[in-house]
Amino acid sequence: MLKRDFSKSRGRGPLSDKIFKIAATVAGAYVLVVVLLMVVQLGWESGPIWQEEGLGFIWGTDWNAVDGRESFGAFPYIIGTLVTAAIAMSIGVPLSIGIAMFVLTAPKRIGDPLGYLVELLAAVPSVVFGLWGLLVFRIYFKDLIEQPLHTAFGDSIFLFSGSPFGLDVLSASIILAIMIIPTISAVSRDVMLAVPQQQKEAAYMLGSTTWEMFRLAVFPYSKAGLIGASILGLGRAIGETMAVTMMIGNATGLAAIPQSLFSTSATMPSIIANEFIEASPVSLHMPALLGVALVLLLVSMSINVVAHFLVIRMLKIKEGAINN
Amino acid sequence: MSNIIQNKQEKRAEYRAMFRSNVKNRLLVDKIMMGVVFACVLIAITPLLWILGTLFYGGAEALSWEFLTGEPGAIGEGIPPAIGPAIQGTLIIIGLSSIVGIPIGVMSGIYLAEFGGNWFSKQIRFFTDVFMEFPSIVLGVFAFLLIVLFLGHFSVWAGAFALSLIMFPIIARATEESLKMVPWSIREAGAALGLRKWIVTLRIVLPAAKNGIITGILLSVSRVGGETAPLIMTILGSSQFFSGFDSPMDALPLRIWRFSLQPYDEARLAGWGAALVLVITILAIHIGVRYWFIHKRKKTDMIPRLSKIGV
Amino acid sequence: MATVITPKPENSTVVDNQIKTSQKKYKMITENVNVYYGNYLAVKNISIKFPEKSVTALIGPSGCGKTTFLRCLNRMHDMTKSARVEGKVMIDDIDLYDKSIDPIYHRRKVGMVFQKPNPFPTMSIYDNVIAGVRLNGVRDKKILDEIVEDSLKMAYLWDEVKDELKKPAIELSGGQQQRLCIARALAIQPEVLLMDEPASALDPIATQKIEETITELKKDFCIIIITHNMQQAVRVSDYTGFMYLGDLIEFRETKKLFTDPKNELTAKYVQGHFG
Repeated sequence: MLKRDFSKSRGRGPLSDKIFKIAATVAGAYVLVVVLLMVVQLGWESGPIWQEEGLGFIWGTDWNAVDGRESFGAFPYIIGTLVTAAIAMSIGVPLSIGIAMFVLTAPKRIGDPLGYLVELLAAVPSVVFGLWGLLVFRIYFKDLIEQPLHTAFGDSIFLFSGSPFGLDVLSASIILAIMIIPTISAVSRDVMLAVPQQQKEAAYMLGSTTWEMFRLAVFPYSKAGLIGASILGLGRAIGETMAVTMMIGNATGLAAIPQSLFSTSATMPSIIANEFIEASPVSLHMPALLGVALVLLLVSMSINVVAHFLVIRMLKIKEGAINN
Repeated sequence: MSNIIQNKQEKRAEYRAMFRSNVKNRLLVDKIMMGVVFACVLIAITPLLWILGTLFYGGAEALSWEFLTGEPGAIGEGIPPAIGPAIQGTLIIIGLSSIVGIPIGVMSGIYLAEFGGNWFSKQIRFFTDVFMEFPSIVLGVFAFLLIVLFLGHFSVWAGAFALSLIMFPIIARATEESLKMVPWSIREAGAALGLRKWIVTLRIVLPAAKNGIITGILLSVSRVGGETAPLIMTILGSSQFFSGFDSPMDALPLRIWRFSLQPYDEARLAGWGAALVLVITILAIHIGVRYWFIHKRKKTDMIPRLSKIGV
Repeated sequence: MATVITPKPENSTVVDNQIKTSQKKYKMITENVNVYYGNYLAVKNISIKFPEKSVTALIGPSGCGKTTFLRCLNRMHDMTKSARVEGKVMIDDIDLYDKSIDPIYHRRKVGMVFQKPNPFPTMSIYDNVIAGVRLNGVRDKKILDEIVEDSLKMAYLWDEVKDELKKPAIELSGGQQQRLCIARALAIQPEVLLMDEPASALDPIATQKIEETITELKKDFCIIIITHNMQQAVRVSDYTGFMYLGDLIEFRETKKLFTDPKNELTAKYVQGHFG
């Protein structure tokens, strides 16, 4: 079937189509303008902090808003973000891949509804996760898991030192893990579905069990895509605000660098959420928060760009295979 | 010659005996892994059911007409503070952000689907996908810098703008995917009738794609209704009903956050009630959209396509 | 003397054949195999006895059910949720579909080579050949090396790759990949080898090599091969079965089926009246 390009009208096209094309292109380019403006504005308005601290802002651990002794550093929040994201990933990725495997292998009557329930997790707003975490989950988690761990291993393993109160790095990471599962498992499922049928048949022909077929044919083939799915989840984890703010205990400055799983801490989004309203624009406080926002934006963008490349390449292979 | 064949056959029989011995183990491992995988699903679903259960159990008793329509006021004894302004604010902010986000999103989707194929549109599609993943708090900060700082006060427009930034990429991709599913022959038919491209697109193709587009719009609305972070520094939150575009305004997610920070039982109860209202509405939209698709138009596979773009 | 009886399909004449097999036994016997996709009956009541150490070709127009039937023979349909298989498929008196036995071990007895070569792309040649063997728990390097050499020799690939066993499998040419897949299937010591149009995706020279391989392999294995190429069936097979719309119309020694078909439909197909 020929695809006729009639955006080039024959002879003199009237103005209306030209206007239409311009309007559509402007709408399309809107996203580019917004992204550019965002980066530029954040960079500009956070200027004072870069002038004051230079690149040291990224390694700095101060967080002092007192007039005359102002000093700010983003490092604790970068660490907090990375630690919570890492813990969330280590729990969320295996669970998500397991869920994807289940949906792919279970009979449709069971797999589809259960898969849908997992997807519904994504519909619950962050603030509701935070509310539930703060008022309900925290209590059980502290009593049933954190306190016993601390009692048993608090002296020997630094990870479990520090008396737990339920609002700390670990509990925030667990809630975060729950929140990123729908994303990672949905993309993982697509990626594993894209493995050509002939590969699975080859494994099956050799007499493999279902699990062995995954090991032989699915995982090696879809490795890149699964990593991409996980990185997409990482991107979400890094940008997640409300639930983390409500669960992480909100420390600032040096104290926000976690010493153990039970330390209170803060992340880049949480420090912005907590302090933005209070920060006065004439002091260095707001530029500092804007600097944190800029770092957050750049980190998040890079991660998502990488993830998209990995996933798109995997899905393109499937389309290529179909066209062959 | 027959000696060699004999040896070969013996060898083969040897190998086969070797293979037999670990079949039981392999089947056991397989069963265990299938069990592990099922456990993963149960572990993931438990929080969902737990949260829903807590919301219903903890929030139902807060619900009343006064709760849904009154102002929070002072914390009365035994009476949960009301969420009237919050509900009103959420409706207003969703409406406003839709007014900004839907046209841009739809037109952007039209661009990608109808004028796409070149290098520039590939970049736009790429950036649209990346933009969808931007942390919403950064979008709020951006709206703050652009509007609140410029005007000198908190503004409902700033909040609407921030939320529209969340909406438009979702709607754009949903529109693009829906338009792509409309058969090319329809466009050719329009051209053959001598109709201008913009008429064919807007009057013929777009309506044919309306199911997918409306789905995208509804899902982005439900997503945006639950967003808190971008509203913190744009509309701030308030205890009063809407009082002009240039004053702070309340919204359900903001109100829930405020409730969570207050140590009173009444505030907690109100928090559950507000969360219940919010989640029921969002789930109703989600499940309603899916039901509409499964039962009305079985042909389409929009839902998996939409989940691929991260809705 | 052994007999293969074919039931009467509605719209073809009686086909009754006798095969002189003298001392040959049957390796694989199917009884009344029916395959349903949902409610659609794709393979109708097929009973065949495949002699050991021989090549049987299955021919017929597209959509006649050859591949569907072939896939019954190693329980490939277990992978398809909508497929349902009835009947028996026996290897040496064990019914593959018997519910009381575990399919994993017995499915291994039937190896399969597919239309397009499908080696595991992330593995080397060596690892590809040995993939099925490793599954079965064999770890002894000496034995693995032995099996690799043995299988690649049988597949007529050893001389070409013996110095490059660690090379990634996808760097081989199409014909080599297909022989690699044959080696991979042979490595698990099957008793029957199924081949679904193994040379259709290959150039003429590679095709010739594959046919040579098959001719050698039949000294040890029972081979069942689907082919669209009637000349190939004549070159390579000892027996041929002609299928049409899910029925087995005729099953005889190859030479006889092609030179003197008993059924009118067979004659028409063999003469190229339809394809």
